[in-house]
Amino acid sequence: MMADLSLNQSASEANFGKIALRWLLYALLGLFALYYLLPLFVMVTTSLKSLEEIRTGSLVTLPREVTFDAWKTAWSGACTGIQCEGLRPYFWNSVLLAVPAVFLSTLIGALNGYVVAQWKFKGANLIFSLMLFGCFIPFQVVLLPMARMLGLMGIAGTIPGLIFVHVIYGIGFTTLFFRNYYVTIPSELVKAAKVDGANFFRIFWSIFLPLSLPIIVVTVIWQFTQIWNDFLFGVSFSQAGTQPITVALNNIVNSTTGVKEYNVDMAAAIIAALPTLFVYVVAGKYFIRGLTAGSVKG
Amino acid sequence: MKMTAFAAVSSIALFSASSVLANPEAEVLHWWTSGGEAKSVAVLQQEFADNGGTWTDMPVAGGGGDAAMTALRARVLAGNAPTAVQLKGPAIQEWYEEGVLADISSVAEAEGWADVLPASIADHMKCDGTWCAAPVNVHRVDWIWANTDVLEANDIEMPTSWDEFNAAAEKLMAAGVIPLAHGGQAWQDATVFEAVALGILGADGFRKAFVELDEATLTSDEMIAVFDQMRTMRGFVDPNFSGRDWNLATAMVMNGEAAFQIMGDWAKGEFMAAGKVPGEDFLCASTPGDGFLYNVDSFAMFDVDGEDKKAGQDLLAKLIVGESFQEVFNLNKGSIPARTDVSLDAFDSCALLSSADMQASSDNGSLLPSYAHGMALRGAQSGAITDVVTAHFNSDMSSAEAVAQLAQAVANSY
Amino acid sequence: MSEWLENHLPKIVLAPSFIGVLVFVYGFIAWTAWVSLTRSKLLPRYEIKGFVQYEKLFDSPRWDTAMNNLFIFGTLFIVIAMVLGLLLAIMLDQKIRTEGVIRTIYLYPMALSMIVTGTAWKWILNPGLGIEATVRGWGYENFSFDWVVNPDYAIYTIVLAAVWQSSGFVMALFLAGLRSVDGEIIKAAQVDGIPTWRIYSAIIIPSMAPIFLSAFIVLAHLAIKIFDLVIALTGGGPGYATDLPATYMYAMAFSRGDIGQAASSAMIMMLVVFTIVVPYLYSELRSKNDG
Repeated sequence: MMADLSLNQSASEANFGKIALRWLLYALLGLFALYYLLPLFVMVTTSLKSLEEIRTGSLVTLPREVTFDAWKTAWSGACTGIQCEGLRPYFWNSVLLAVPAVFLSTLIGALNGYVVAQWKFKGANLIFSLMLFGCFIPFQVVLLPMARMLGLMGIAGTIPGLIFVHVIYGIGFTTLFFRNYYVTIPSELVKAAKVDGANFFRIFWSIFLPLSLPIIVVTVIWQFTQIWNDFLFGVSFSQAGTQPITVALNNIVNSTTGVKEYNVDMAAAIIAALPTLFVYVVAGKYFIRGLTAGSVKG
Repeated sequence: MKMTAFAAVSSIALFSASSVLANPEAEVLHWWTSGGEAKSVAVLQQEFADNGGTWTDMPVAGGGGDAAMTALRARVLAGNAPTAVQLKGPAIQEWYEEGVLADISSVAEAEGWADVLPASIADHMKCDGTWCAAPVNVHRVDWIWANTDVLEANDIEMPTSWDEFNAAAEKLMAAGVIPLAHGGQAWQDATVFEAVALGILGADGFRKAFVELDEATLTSDEMIAVFDQMRTMRGFVDPNFSGRDWNLATAMVMNGEAAFQIMGDWAKGEFMAAGKVPGEDFLCASTPGDGFLYNVDSFAMFDVDGEDKKAGQDLLAKLIVGESFQEVFNLNKGSIPARTDVSLDAFDSCALLSSADMQASSDNGSLLPSYAHGMALRGAQSGAITDVVTAHFNSDMSSAEAVAQLAQAVANSY
Repeated sequence: MSEWLENHLPKIVLAPSFIGVLVFVYGFIAWTAWVSLTRSKLLPRYEIKGFVQYEKLFDSPRWDTAMNNLFIFGTLFIVIAMVLGLLLAIMLDQKIRTEGVIRTIYLYPMALSMIVTGTAWKWILNPGLGIEATVRGWGYENFSFDWVVNPDYAIYTIVLAAVWQSSGFVMALFLAGLRSVDGEIIKAAQVDGIPTWRIYSAIIIPSMAPIFLSAFIVLAHLAIKIFDLVIALTGGGPGYATDLPATYMYAMAFSRGDIGQAASSAMIMMLVVFTIVVPYLYSELRSKNDG
């Protein structure tokens, strides 16, 4: 609906200015696209070079000779410890960890946001503020007491343990996103539905959830990115066999006294990011669907 | 699934046989993950398996072991400590004081470690008189690497004093070559600093300053001279040195962009990986001054339950200090064996020099722990010193000011 | 019974999260406060020794640098990322034909792990390798862009890379917000002949106040916690010129085995967050709900 703004204001003599403005708009968008793409350019070109070429000192240039060896190595041959099987064995751990954690934290966030925005009770705002402030606790601080708690709960070093940690520290954000989205929905809606005899969950399920697509997309993007890319929790609360992909990536990239293979590092980084990139591309589509859903509402 | 089956089998084994016949198992936390390093550790795993052991790998790289230490703390607090952990220097004693290390004296005595390890290195492996860690290798830190062609072209010899180094550097500057390839990261600054300090303070002065933290030495005129030399060296690095990885600095020496680099002997691996030959393409020498700064990697065993794990610890300790592993591992890693009775026939000229120097310095008392690599001091103290060193090197702080800050930072770090 | 349940359902739904936050956030903050009063080294110990860790903290020149950097970085990062995110969202909301592609381009940095992207930025910003060398290669010999090796400017390169990473997400937030604004109001405004920029500044943007709250919380949280990027891009250097409280704390707790000191720095960080965020939360939540 916003889009109509620039087009509908008629007056034909202004057409030339409009076209110029439009060009300017595209130029600006393109310029920013360059800024965002620059590091990716460096990473991709580096990943396509041979180590020989990198050693001779050309880091930020196009490859003289393109080779995909680094990609193969990163996926299935780079050493992450004694095993030299690349990122592949760790990929599944991350999926097993991220999917349930994202699902749970999004669901809990949606319900919490629904309560805080539409079913306010005395103290609800205080609880919400407490949750929000909780977002700011530095993760380095919670590592040690959390380790102790996980040990006591008997889930130290397991994937359920990691899921638990991510859900706990994700709730603040997911609640925030949904609450701020639901708060813009008129409260008359809930009142009317209550008069019609709908209960708490029914209103959530058939009124709020269908309206939530754009914010679900935002929340999933946020949570999936946070959880998939998390290293600190992953390295602290895992053990042999449950280490997520970021730990493997770190092991490939962060050797201290070993020979550095930048091409493999860069390829590994891009491979490790593919699932998040995939989510962004797919989620982007649903942004547009969200728009359609929104205009039906409007 | 596999693990539970294995645990079940091994617990049956426990009931049916004596502990001598336990199935040794070990979960090993280490930070050797790059190609060459990983191959080196794989040798140990192979030997472990050949002796009936089951090795579970728990690699965590990053920050010279910082990330691994983070994971270790979490594991210990969760009551889920790994069986064996790569630990080094005074950190071993620090963990011992927390009451979480196992005693491996029985293995050490049976294997006669005391006879084959240099005394100062053996001391690092002991906690209150018992053996609590097993050494893997000896890295020398005070190396200076040089590009042979660049030195020849400019008619320069390997420097044997810091004055000679400065003169050579001036000459190189005039010829348009970067004298010193350096990466401006705190630990690299500290590596250069301790090489300079060893040269200027001498072995005794170094020990007083960086092992005993003697305040008089820390604030002495010689220490000011050390910082003065660091200021001079700052002029010999290129303007873009900040944040550069050490191996890119090594690459600068390799391709003749720069003449020298001061770095531990892992730099040799980078030269070798590029197909360079020691003595022909590049030169290695100790930095100006007497003494030998070592950086010894070792494994400590954590207190764990279960006969299998304990058997694993004993076996692992035995193998680590065993001759065959010490040879193969160090050939891969660029360092030299910690035990002195290993044949060095297969090692290159730099390693032979390192070994001879280690023997000599061990005899005359100048075999010293590296402060920059966490061998001399506990983390809080060495970190406090590094803060000052790197702040001085990367600003226009005067040497007198640096020395004053040094004494204060050390006093503040307890 | 079922009526009671129905009435208390909102509370019951919220309860598990509330308890979780109480224990795992506030309980842990209390734990940290306790530890900050001890002389814990490698592992936490619990004998109270007074405020000695705070005295050491305030004596440390490195901590001063870290706090200064937090204010410089935090302010610039939050403001720039917010403005840029809003601007990009508005531009993208003009029926851009290639919206899907451009949106993905703006968003993707968030997907990449900073462990490695930091290295790419390090090369781009390095005067000898990246932008400066390239532009000089084009013949502009006097061009200079050496922030990353200059202790006084290095912190701004952290801002640059951090904005790169997060502004796309902020854009997504605003885009979702723009698209949930009531279309009827806007149509009415257009009919009244109100110019586009006025519609944005007077109607649309004010109606997105909750989105600003989300964006602020997200960005402030990233500013406080930024860690991987600093480690990969500058490693805190040159010297410790780009040290931030989070890197200071991590160094103390895990590299140096000085958990007491780390805990005290964490408490100060929390205090800073408290003084900045709480008034903001208070005003936001009050005016938007009870007003």
